[in-house]
Amino acid sequence: MSADAAIRARIGDIPTPQFLTTPVTSIGALSAARVAIVTTAGLRRGGDIDLWSRTDGSFTVLPGDARDVQLSHFSPNFDRSGFAADLNVVYPIDRLAEMAAAGEIGSVANAHLSFMGAQTDATFSTILLDSGPAAARVLLDDGVDVVLLTPI
Amino acid sequence: MGVLARVFEQAGMATVGLSLVRRQAENIKAPRMLHGEFPLGRPLGRPGDPQFQTDVIRRAFALLERSDVPVLEDYPVVIEDETEQPAACPLPPRHDPNVHRAVDEAVGLRPAYNRQRLAASGRTAVGRLADADGIAALIERFVTLADGGDLSAAGFDADSVLAAAQDVRGYYEEAALALSDHVPAARQVESWFYATTQTGAVICAAANALKAAGASQDIWYFMLPAAQHRST
Repeated sequence: MSADAAIRARIGDIPTPQFLTTPVTSIGALSAARVAIVTTAGLRRGGDIDLWSRTDGSFTVLPGDARDVQLSHFSPNFDRSGFAADLNVVYPIDRLAEMAAAGEIGSVANAHLSFMGAQTDATFSTILLDSGPAAARVLLDDGVDVVLLTPI
Repeated sequence: MGVLARVFEQAGMATVGLSLVRRQAENIKAPRMLHGEFPLGRPLGRPGDPQFQTDVIRRAFALLERSDVPVLEDYPVVIEDETEQPAACPLPPRHDPNVHRAVDEAVGLRPAYNRQRLAASGRTAVGRLADADGIAALIERFVTLADGGDLSAAGFDADSVLAAAQDVRGYYEEAALALSDHVPAARQVESWFYATTQTGAVICAAANALKAAGASQDIWYFMLPAAQHRST
């Protein structure tokens, strides 16, 4: 079993919050949509790369023109060399810019967000009731229509 | 990710998420998910491959048109990690016999680390507890742990020892990228560090020593990747 397969087997059935319904928002044409990235990779900007703690449900704002972003996720259990070589393999900011230039999406948001994944039950409540709605407000204020969620 | 998708959808934004752990994606029931059986740490699949990354995004965005939510689709290409095949990066020869072999090795890798940092426009994972100038001193503190010293004797606490372990790992992994003519497959650089370098052996020995001394699992376990834990 590969290293990743072993981790998948261990974490695949970790309990996650369950809800009775799935809220869904529809959009018009993707070619007119404003897109933001929200990642749970625990990214921070350079110079601010203290490790994210496991119970920290906060988020950080990544300006759209920032490329000095780093992994600050607490877990050592994933490959880091891919991100070191090319941040787009986690945070595809340049790919979105190319798609906007090609007219595939309407525009790229001015600000993108990072949380840290692998959280505990208590932190889910913080994200659901506090930091999540605050993050939504940041995105809505920027006119975002579509959020691309990326893990690590 | 499922909680965030829920919050954003309720706020009036459409979401589509990339998945790396299919069972989790099945459980969270976010409206739209594209699962990629890619290495953990590489959710867009292939570093340095814009065409591949764009295709992943396009397939994810195609799910925005689906009304039969929750929907979970699979990306058709599978990429596996190669933990068992360490990257073939050269190591510097012994230079200064008056310092620990691990410290000597790290000093010898500094030009490679500098090249990678330049290539990455200054972006580096090193700097949580020390910058590149402080890596040698961090390694000396891990030698103290490996020799049986406790955290305080090495100048660490429960948090800083993990930050230091990631700084040292980041320094070596970035140097390794400069010593490769391509981006190695996932976890090859990780295995190169822990399985073939002097400093990797010191970190493993330090974790084992803390474990043997009864330190919290939250410390020794997270000092290195699960796949790299081995008895000495």
